[in-house]
Amino acid sequence: MEFITQPWAWYVAGPVIAIIMFFLFYFGERFGVSSNLETFCSIGGAGKFVDYFKIDWKQNTWNLVFVAGSITGGFIAAYWLSPSDAVALNPQTIQDLADIGIAHAGSSYLPDEIFSIDTMLSLKGFFILLIAGIMVGFGARWAGGCTSGHAIVGLSNLEIPSLISVIGFFIGGLIMTWYILPLIF
Amino acid sequence: MKYIKFFLIGILFGIVMSKAEIISWYRIYEMFKFQSFHMYGIIGSAVLLGMISMFLFKKKMIKTFEGKEIHVAPKKKGIYRNLLGGILFGLGWALAGACPGPMFVLIGKGVVSILVVIFGATLGAFLYGLSKDKIPH
Repeated sequence: MEFITQPWAWYVAGPVIAIIMFFLFYFGERFGVSSNLETFCSIGGAGKFVDYFKIDWKQNTWNLVFVAGSITGGFIAAYWLSPSDAVALNPQTIQDLADIGIAHAGSSYLPDEIFSIDTMLSLKGFFILLIAGIMVGFGARWAGGCTSGHAIVGLSNLEIPSLISVIGFFIGGLIMTWYILPLIF
Repeated sequence: MKYIKFFLIGILFGIVMSKAEIISWYRIYEMFKFQSFHMYGIIGSAVLLGMISMFLFKKKMIKTFEGKEIHVAPKKKGIYRNLLGGILFGLGWALAGACPGPMFVLIGKGVVSILVVIFGATLGAFLYGLSKDKIPH
């Protein structure tokens, strides 16, 4: 069991993701998680306000089931397959985070400074989570895909729109990480 | 019953996202600081193997389980759409430390606050639908 309960190396995770993509195509669908956000809007009645959401969302049921499986997989991994919650980060990363106000980096998966219940219940903390989400959701649908649809499927398929999108992902990510995060905490 | 296979693939996705620490905010930070090969190795190896899949699909050497040809529909083109949408997504990705897949996996891990991020992401998709005719693509 130890090979499962220890953290998985990149050369295990990458091929597993490729297998997941393969099987979604094999079963007649395609890998892309952010389109579920539009499905949520359609289910929630957004079609009453915007025609864009007037779709027959039932054709995307398979993807909602995939999401339900992902939640279940996250539960299984967290409660039965992970004896430790620590992340073995580069010591320089831990130091850099301490310098910008995020302590104990790597002692668990997520920083309390962003994800603890107390932070979520503070005005600033709540808006950081909400705005991060809005940028991900708006950006993914504007770009026409997220990490799964563009970085994995699109790049595998040698698509220029996906290459441009992934370059965009990195421009945004680098600006946030290097220039904005140091100002927040 | 036809949906069970997608549930099982989803479970595998949740487990790999979790066990390879892709759902860790820190791994995304580390990636954007170029301080670890981990995430680059994951995306790079997935894409390299994905290219082989795509080749086999295009050559019709592999069809769906129902025997249909696999066509990978091309992504929508547009420099503004891809670049500006991508940049906005990247800003959110690095702040939340999670893209849409890992967000859902984090629910399974019991992270309550990720629900605010998911609500925001759904709101973001709605706002996109609301404003899509007014922004450049």
